[in-house]
Amino acid sequence: MSGAEVRREYDAAVVGANLRDEYDVAVVGAGPAGLAAAARCARAGLATVLLDEQAAPGGQIYRAVTESPLRDPAILGADYWAGEAITRDFLGSGAQYVAGATVWSLTPELEIGVSLGGGSKLVQARRVVIATGALERPFPIPGWTLPGVMTAGAAQTMLKSSAIVPDGRTVLAGTGPLLWLLAWQLLNAGCKIEAILDTTPAANRSGAWRHVADFIRSPYFLKGLKLLWAVRRRVAVIGNVTAIRAEGDGRLAGVTYSVEGSGIPIRLAADNLLLHQGVVPNVNLAMSVGVEHRWSDVQACWTPVVDAHGATSIAGLFIAGDGAGIAGAEAAVSRGAVTAAHIAHELKSDAAHADARQAALAALERESRGRGFLDHFYLPAKAFRVPTGDTIVCRCEEVTARQVVEAVALGCPGPNQMKSFLRCGMGPCQGRLCGLTVTEVIADARGIAPGEIGYFRIRPPVKPITVAELAALPKSEAAVKAVVRV
Amino acid sequence: MHSADVIVIGGGLHGCSAALHLARAGAKPIVLEKDHVARHASGVNAGGVRSLGRHLAEVPLSVASLALWQRIDDLVGDPCGFESAGQIKVAENEAELDLLRARVAQLQALGFDHEEIIGRDEMREQLPALAPHCVGAVICRDDGAALPFRTTLAFKRKGESLGVRFFEGTRADSLTRVDGVWRVATSAGTFEAPAVVNAAGAWAGRIAEQLGEPVPMVATGLMLAITAPVANFVRPVVGATGRPLSFKQYGNGTVMIGGGQRGRAELDTNRTVLDYDKLAFNARTAIDLFPRMRDAEIVRAWAGIEGMMADDIPVIGPSSTSPGVWHAFGFSAHGFQLGPIVGAIVAELVTTGRARLPIEPFSIERFTVGTLARPGQLVR
Repeated sequence: MSGAEVRREYDAAVVGANLRDEYDVAVVGAGPAGLAAAARCARAGLATVLLDEQAAPGGQIYRAVTESPLRDPAILGADYWAGEAITRDFLGSGAQYVAGATVWSLTPELEIGVSLGGGSKLVQARRVVIATGALERPFPIPGWTLPGVMTAGAAQTMLKSSAIVPDGRTVLAGTGPLLWLLAWQLLNAGCKIEAILDTTPAANRSGAWRHVADFIRSPYFLKGLKLLWAVRRRVAVIGNVTAIRAEGDGRLAGVTYSVEGSGIPIRLAADNLLLHQGVVPNVNLAMSVGVEHRWSDVQACWTPVVDAHGATSIAGLFIAGDGAGIAGAEAAVSRGAVTAAHIAHELKSDAAHADARQAALAALERESRGRGFLDHFYLPAKAFRVPTGDTIVCRCEEVTARQVVEAVALGCPGPNQMKSFLRCGMGPCQGRLCGLTVTEVIADARGIAPGEIGYFRIRPPVKPITVAELAALPKSEAAVKAVVRV
Repeated sequence: MHSADVIVIGGGLHGCSAALHLARAGAKPIVLEKDHVARHASGVNAGGVRSLGRHLAEVPLSVASLALWQRIDDLVGDPCGFESAGQIKVAENEAELDLLRARVAQLQALGFDHEEIIGRDEMREQLPALAPHCVGAVICRDDGAALPFRTTLAFKRKGESLGVRFFEGTRADSLTRVDGVWRVATSAGTFEAPAVVNAAGAWAGRIAEQLGEPVPMVATGLMLAITAPVANFVRPVVGATGRPLSFKQYGNGTVMIGGGQRGRAELDTNRTVLDYDKLAFNARTAIDLFPRMRDAEIVRAWAGIEGMMADDIPVIGPSSTSPGVWHAFGFSAHGFQLGPIVGAIVAELVTTGRARLPIEPFSIERFTVGTLARPGQLVR
């Protein structure tokens, strides 16, 4: 099927996307997990809606897969174009697809606040699957807020959606498989990369070594080797980088770095610095409804507590895909399938769904192989997770690491009190860009494990809505009659 | 076992204020807080410092408290973010304005002149962005707003500097009296003192019940919403006469929209659940009064857990069953402004057994001996 055909098919699916009041299943997010979960629920005969913020299905990994202007498959690679088949399967499933729909709240009773086309509506579902995937881990280095510095993910979005590559001297820095993938995609698209500053800590090797046997047997191994080789023969890669500083007067002019064992800073002239140090679950929606989370030491991030089927601590609420812990796109499809089969079995009590669930669980086990190695090998160094001094932690409110540490010394014990002390995490991003950093900086300052420090209490709306949109919500008798003294 | 002169149960503003005033009076109190200081309503309320529109029984306390707010830095060594730009309650029609006029006349007859009627012209000067249908307003020029978390913490810190000991993460479970001394069993050991102050907010009803004096109180989550920054357009805190609203713009441009709308609160989990229909009501009111609010973006909404009394005024005074126990709870969504004075009253009660300000209407006995305060308020 050509891109244009897929495009027509999903245009047809979007038409008439009038939200109903109730669904059997509502899936949030149209990445691989959401697409797979929604398609399977719909095929099981459940009234299913897929709510997605983007204009087209695919999520981040398959962003714009139906409409990317980059039609040469060699640029983005076969793994990217695999998303087209997943999307096609979803579009033919009978699930209702609602693009441009922002989910701004979710209650424990599974009532969903949806913003669509400038209006808002509350939708009730019997089951909800959160498939909001991953976010790039914050990469707080000195100067990371300068124009000219952006995340590798943002650069990839521009490439996929608009075929735009950074103009001028470009430096990539960081660690993780996606850094190499982006480098490869940018090179394919004609971008010139001056250097890659590899911050993967040498010390990670020993921890990762235990997992190497699994890794070699996984598909990651060969793909990863090819990718590394393809990039390394075209770009200078500087390994064991232990410090990076973005510099410039009002705009990035250069990147200064130093490598392990040498205190000597080296400066590269640069117009663009693309930062990336892995992805972490996007937990805001799940946190806002009160799903239990725990700190993962291996991935250094918060992970929702879910069972083998993605069920959370809230009845009827599931999380599928990277949002339940990073495992990659292929595993995300299987995790979506497992959750969907489980829900279908719950709501339809048909033995066939139990079989499908078993099959998906088996596939998931294969696809999860090799993750242990990647988790250990690519865990970013503490120096890049726990900034110091004047480095900005919270971009929305311009709070520095020093201020956070000083507030701890004043008796501010955790992230929620930090909101009140410094307004840290109080901006529109609600901690998406600073939450992990704040937790780890406080943990470091207090000498306590991050899991004991906790996280921001995430408040709805999880994404901003206008006062007019809130005002337009249907009136209930109780609200109209409410009489409380001001 | 920890011993003290007084055990204060509850690390909200009222508990912290009582402890501070007790320490100033020479006592060595202990504060027990089940979570952390300012975790609930005290730390996340709208911050209104409002003597405007008070229940008549509260007026003397509120006026005295406002005097303390005006030199809050002297009291706690921190300005608490208090800004005195006034509070205004607007009338949206002549009938509402008549109510406000009658209310002000009633206050004046009682000797209080802190509320003042203003006509269209001054109202426009104070609130240039106000919708044109409003006909007049009542103003308290010395009112304003403060930062609730910072305020509560300032009371805590000042108390600590005077010898108050705070035990956070320490939940008071049961009270027993042995040889004239109260023993409080907590989640972190036993504490004892001859006097106990019940300032446990939404949880205080459980303590009163344990002492054999149950009160009609419900725990609610008082909802507030705040917007992303917009150009500054209003300085005073604004309320409405015919419908609940509390509306304030901070210096950084963010706008807080509240008005006592209740979400759900769970006392055992600290969890709150918002009621969007009710928040939508507040949003409509905000737009009706300030049409420019239409396009402002709400970035956060939340609820603080608060105890609401059936008759909407707090319980302040001695226990009716248990000698040495003093209550200060149930402030029903308007306790923040009263914090400084009620702490002083409680300290006075504990140390002398009497209060100089009139607190009879707040007696816990009103629910059992039929002395409920008459609805003293003409308008909300």
